[in-house]
Amino acid sequence: MVDISSNFVGIKSPNPFWLASAPPTDKQYNVERGFEAGWGGAVWKTIGNPIVNVSSRYSSIDFGSKRMVGINNIELISDRPIEVNLKEIKSVKKHWPDRAVVASLMVESKKEAWHDIVKRTMDAGADGIELNFGCPHGMSERGMGSAVGQVPEYVCQIAEWVVEVSEIPVIVKLTPNISDITYPALAAKRAGAHAVSLINTINSITGVDLDSFVPRPIVGNASSHGGYCGPAVKPIALNMVASIASHPDMKDLPISGIGGISTWRDAVEFMLLGASNVQVCTAVMNYGFRIVEDMIDGLKNWMEQKGFKKLDDFIGLSVGKVKNWGDLDLNYKVVANINQDKCIKCGLCYIACEDASHQAISYFKDKYTKKYEIIEKECVGCNLCQMVCPIQDCITMEQRNIGAPYMNWAMYQEQNK
Amino acid sequence: MTRRIVPKLSKEEYEKNFSDVKPPLSKDAALLEANRCLYCYDAPCIEACPTHIDIPSFIKKIATNNLKGSARVIMESNIMGGTCARVCPVEILCEGACVYNNIKEAKPIDIGRLQRYATDYIFENNIQLFKREKDNGKKVAVIGAGPAGLSCAHKLSMLGYQVTVYEKKDKAGGLNLYGLAAYKITNEFVEKEIEYITSIGGIEIKYNQEVGKNVDIQDLLNSYDAVFIGIGLGKTPKLNIPGEELEGVYDAIQFIENLRINPLEKVSIGEVVAVIGAGNTAIDAATQAKRLGAKKVYIIYRRTQNEMPANIYEYNLALKDECEFLWLTNPTKIIGDTFVEAIECIRMELGEPDSSGRRMPIPIKNSEFLLKVDTVIKALGQISYTNFLTKIQGLELDKGRIKVNPETMQTSIPKLFAGGDCINGGKETVNAVQDGKLAALGIHKMIFS
Ligand SMILES: Cc1cc2nc3c(=O)[nH]c(=O)nc-3n(C[C@H](O)[C@H](O)[C@H](O)COP(=O)(O)OP(=O)(O)OC[C@H]3O[C@@H](n4cnc5c(N)ncnc54)[C@H](O)[C@@H]3O)c2cc1C
Ligand SMILES: Cc1cc2nc3c(=O)[nH]c(=O)nc-3n(C[C@H](O)[C@H](O)[C@H](O)COP(=O)(O)O)c2cc1C
Repeated sequence: MVDISSNFVGIKSPNPFWLASAPPTDKQYNVERGFEAGWGGAVWKTIGNPIVNVSSRYSSIDFGSKRMVGINNIELISDRPIEVNLKEIKSVKKHWPDRAVVASLMVESKKEAWHDIVKRTMDAGADGIELNFGCPHGMSERGMGSAVGQVPEYVCQIAEWVVEVSEIPVIVKLTPNISDITYPALAAKRAGAHAVSLINTINSITGVDLDSFVPRPIVGNASSHGGYCGPAVKPIALNMVASIASHPDMKDLPISGIGGISTWRDAVEFMLLGASNVQVCTAVMNYGFRIVEDMIDGLKNWMEQKGFKKLDDFIGLSVGKVKNWGDLDLNYKVVANINQDKCIKCGLCYIACEDASHQAISYFKDKYTKKYEIIEKECVGCNLCQMVCPIQDCITMEQRNIGAPYMNWAMYQEQNK
Repeated sequence: MTRRIVPKLSKEEYEKNFSDVKPPLSKDAALLEANRCLYCYDAPCIEACPTHIDIPSFIKKIATNNLKGSARVIMESNIMGGTCARVCPVEILCEGACVYNNIKEAKPIDIGRLQRYATDYIFENNIQLFKREKDNGKKVAVIGAGPAGLSCAHKLSMLGYQVTVYEKKDKAGGLNLYGLAAYKITNEFVEKEIEYITSIGGIEIKYNQEVGKNVDIQDLLNSYDAVFIGIGLGKTPKLNIPGEELEGVYDAIQFIENLRINPLEKVSIGEVVAVIGAGNTAIDAATQAKRLGAKKVYIIYRRTQNEMPANIYEYNLALKDECEFLWLTNPTKIIGDTFVEAIECIRMELGEPDSSGRRMPIPIKNSEFLLKVDTVIKALGQISYTNFLTKIQGLELDKGRIKVNPETMQTSIPKLFAGGDCINGGKETVNAVQDGKLAALGIHKMIFS
């Protein structure tokens, strides 16, 4: 039996799957339904002075028939009074003592305001606090959200105000709308925050309506840039998580991974790259709370198959495998191979290589047959053909030993001086 | 004396039985299917289509909601893309070539119905995609307003020719109107498509003009710069067995023509029907007899299922309509006084291969048996208009088919071109359309180079 229980900076949950601060966690009703479905924890929808939202709030991009590959929102923080949210947190915590309930907070950048809300949150019995320094729209114009998150000094300052009064763990949620994510992360650490969570949404415009010429989401005859999330942002989030996890000064800083997680596979990838737990928003907005069932089930089966007994057995395993380009072996060589028995002759590998790579696939055709073959001496091992091939394991990348030892860029330069 | 015609079914039943066997795709279904297309390079579906429609390209355009562009891609290659979308044997053409067939248990793209989705759009929105070039001063006569003739006329008009079409009947369309199964295509659509084709101008159709009877082909050859023959094929051959003249024995082509042009409740059909032959026409006759309300339909064929000329899709339609195949069975006599009362058949067995390469059916002695039927439909293929064709001086034929250069469709008479069923002995609509198109280009090349 594998144990998937999680302990994130002292906050315990039966599994590492938390609901991210967003509409699925904006009230007791939702959070309890999420817990019934099996979610291990929830970060409450950001609480602060109640705001007013516009109608028409989300837009998304589709790819082919796949809907919502990425979604964008122009919603602000909770539109309900602080005391209502805190009362509900208290009630949820009472009914669900084994689940993690973390309050996401955002108030104006004044010490007293932060002290006040932190104390009230502790009184409500929350397990921890997440500081929303990430929201890239609306709140930032009021000097909050990413307006804070984009300036490491502000991050440090506000986190300090919170840490100095908080008796529960403090997590700083980072905005990805910044050139180097390690700066605000280091600032959070300097302030004494217990952990960081990332990513919040990415500044975006998803598209423009071709009839009215108004970008989406359409609010009357205008739109506004919003925050992007969902499957499309996963690679960006993974890189940011990895760059904090592998930073020499943040090796011990716990990370809650967020951004485009839809399946147990995505979650495992975040954890391999250093996240201790994960948070999910878009996938739930797309399919409902029920998706957690396969996340739990799939994670357990994978751990069992790999022989991992607990989460710590694999968290961070891949961190050391992200290197600088300059450390990579220039003498490592792979070439593509097409399994002729599996090939369905769609020609996609051929045209991709011919028009966009190294003309390393030959095409033979007569009245009866078609054949696509790799011209090995032209193949640089770019993987493109393998990626465009619609058939599982039809094109494989095979290693070739070129009989030369490890050589990185610096060694290469040295040799070719 | 003819049999009294009593409608067998209610209005609703007729409507249901003769509604589209392949109903149109909804927008959502079309988008799902279009997005499933892999957009193959050098796609095999294009090659499999006799008119070489760039199928991946028109499907991609459906996915981007560029329906006008999609229809243009289709109809530039095949002006009867709308008809072909409905009636093509796609299983053995484009869809049969789809690479998805190479994935175990995967389904090919629904190309036919996507093509219909794109072409319906321009008919429903009255979008004319084509514009005729300036008159080039040349005149061409087209004989026959079937798919071959109309396709040829359209292409010629596009190139600036004045085209006169001589049509034997009082309507255009050929087998589109008189032959295709009623559950595949409606008369209304056929007429709309012909209107679309002729509305670019430069095409005049003269009806009730049978070349060889009231018009002389030599006159046409003398007064036009070129002549195209697209007359299709004629009747079904005779069975040459006793009782063939009895009331209740029909030629499949006439039977189908009758049900295409008359209200269905006015079409005579018996209770128990024997269809002779197992080609696509036989199946169409059998299924439509059943759908008209016949209680029992036999399809009688002297060889086995392996040799049957009908394609698998048609065969399955017959099974779905609960027609019963009697393999290795040959009719020997039709029995009755005035009306058909029964048909006598004999059992067959397969012997050595014959000239067609198929094993020859041989009667088994003393195996005759009687089937009680009241209708017999003969569907043994169609014979060519040899009477007319052999009278054209200098025209070379091969087994009744007009011989042509396969690239230009030119016959042994330089000014005379031909295409469609009259050169191939009876293939599909799509072949006739391609022939007509190639002939127009062949004529253009002859005149201008
Ligand atoms: C029962 C049946 C079902 C079929 N079903 C399908 C199907 O589902 N799918 C498919 O793709 N194909 C089908 N076909 C085949 C298809 O209909 C033909 O291949 C196609 O119509 C051939 O076109 P065509 O122009 O060569 O000849 P036709 O369509 O036969 O047109 C010939 C035209 O020439 C006219 N004509 C003839 N003689 C003269 C003359 N002397 N002077 C002037 N005009 C003349 C005729 O009246 C007619 O209008 C079917 C055929 C039959 C018989
Ligand atoms: C509609 C919507 C509202 C959100 N509101 C908040 C919020 O109030 N506070 C917050 O910290 N993050 C908020 N987020 C960001 C999510 O918590 C999460 O960081 C982001 O969506 C990435 O995760 P995902 O790809 O799983 O959706 C919101 C996201 C969406 C889509």
